[in-house]
Amino acid sequence: MDEILDDIDRWQAAGQRVAVARVVDIEGSGPRDPGAAMAVNEEGEVAGSVSGGCVEGAVVGEALELLGGRRGPGITTFGYSDDEAFAVGLTCGGTIHLFVDELDW
Amino acid sequence: MSAESNRGSAGIYEAFRDAIRAEEPVALATIIDGPDAGAKLLVQPGEAALGTLGDPDLDRVVARDALGMLDAGISEVRHYGQHGEARQMDLSVFVECHARRPHMVIFGAVDFTRALASQAKLLGYRVTVCDAREVFATKRRFPMADEVVVDWPNRLLDRIGDDLGPRDAVCVLTHDHKFDVPAIVGALPTRVGYLGAMGSRTTHEKRTERLREAGVTDEDLERVMAPIGLDIGGRTPEETAVSIVAEIIASHTGRQAPRLRDGEGRIH
Repeated sequence: MDEILDDIDRWQAAGQRVAVARVVDIEGSGPRDPGAAMAVNEEGEVAGSVSGGCVEGAVVGEALELLGGRRGPGITTFGYSDDEAFAVGLTCGGTIHLFVDELDW
Repeated sequence: MSAESNRGSAGIYEAFRDAIRAEEPVALATIIDGPDAGAKLLVQPGEAALGTLGDPDLDRVVARDALGMLDAGISEVRHYGQHGEARQMDLSVFVECHARRPHMVIFGAVDFTRALASQAKLLGYRVTVCDAREVFATKRRFPMADEVVVDWPNRLLDRIGDDLGPRDAVCVLTHDHKFDVPAIVGALPTRVGYLGAMGSRTTHEKRTERLREAGVTDEDLERVMAPIGLDIGGRTPEETAVSIVAEIIASHTGRQAPRLRDGEGRIH
């Protein structure tokens, strides 16, 4: 979280809405521990990371869906241990659960 | 519920952000599934909680658990009943903990100290270097240290010993009994998680005699990692620093530190 605070300050000062995705749980190998966070603003600019780079693109998509009102706050899971529903996999074979919500609190 | 905890949702992020920047311990609990997904409670030691998870009993239980997790430095999902009941699975709450930085106290302002202080900074430690000799213990020689203290080890430990905990480390690098012994004797009564002392096996044998004379028991001696570090064949100050911090990590995780290639199972 620490490394994304400055970017969030800047975006909020510019009147941008911001979504935050945080790693809340990992199964198997995962590159980042619970608490790792990534922030995305309305223009799709990104701060921080939640994996070694494998799922960041998909997380931006979820964040923009949320800011666009097309999904609510909730858990998003990436990994290929569950089923084919997850198009994006982690190269390490693990599964990460992210919580995505808008920074309006 | 106190007035503070009723301030509503506005301002939780600001309080969270400010605490992280000020390096004050802070935990943020968030309901991550169900109709109240996104509800938040901000918990700091000695302060009224901010926000609510939607139920006063749930808030109380989660605040208590969050303080414990903060002490141990763990962030994870916990499950509760609607009113905070244990062993129920109605609610999933993610508690994100920002514990204060771990503290490494290095006794002895020697060459190895410089490398160890840099390595510890890389790992996120707050680093204090202490030596009684003021010509050696200078900020100019250890610019990477957060604090350089000219004092006797036992006197520094009298002042800060109560604040040392399981995530902290004391490394004794002086090689000189007159500093080593008071440093180790002073560190033993603290809750510090790692206590290591540098020196060859011969040095350590002699030091052990002095420690016994000072009243240190066999049980206490078990706590002292000496000779300090893992057996990776390190020789330079920089290599030795790697072996020391690797030993600290392995002590926290309870691993024996063999090669990953030679083992099986999970790597984290």
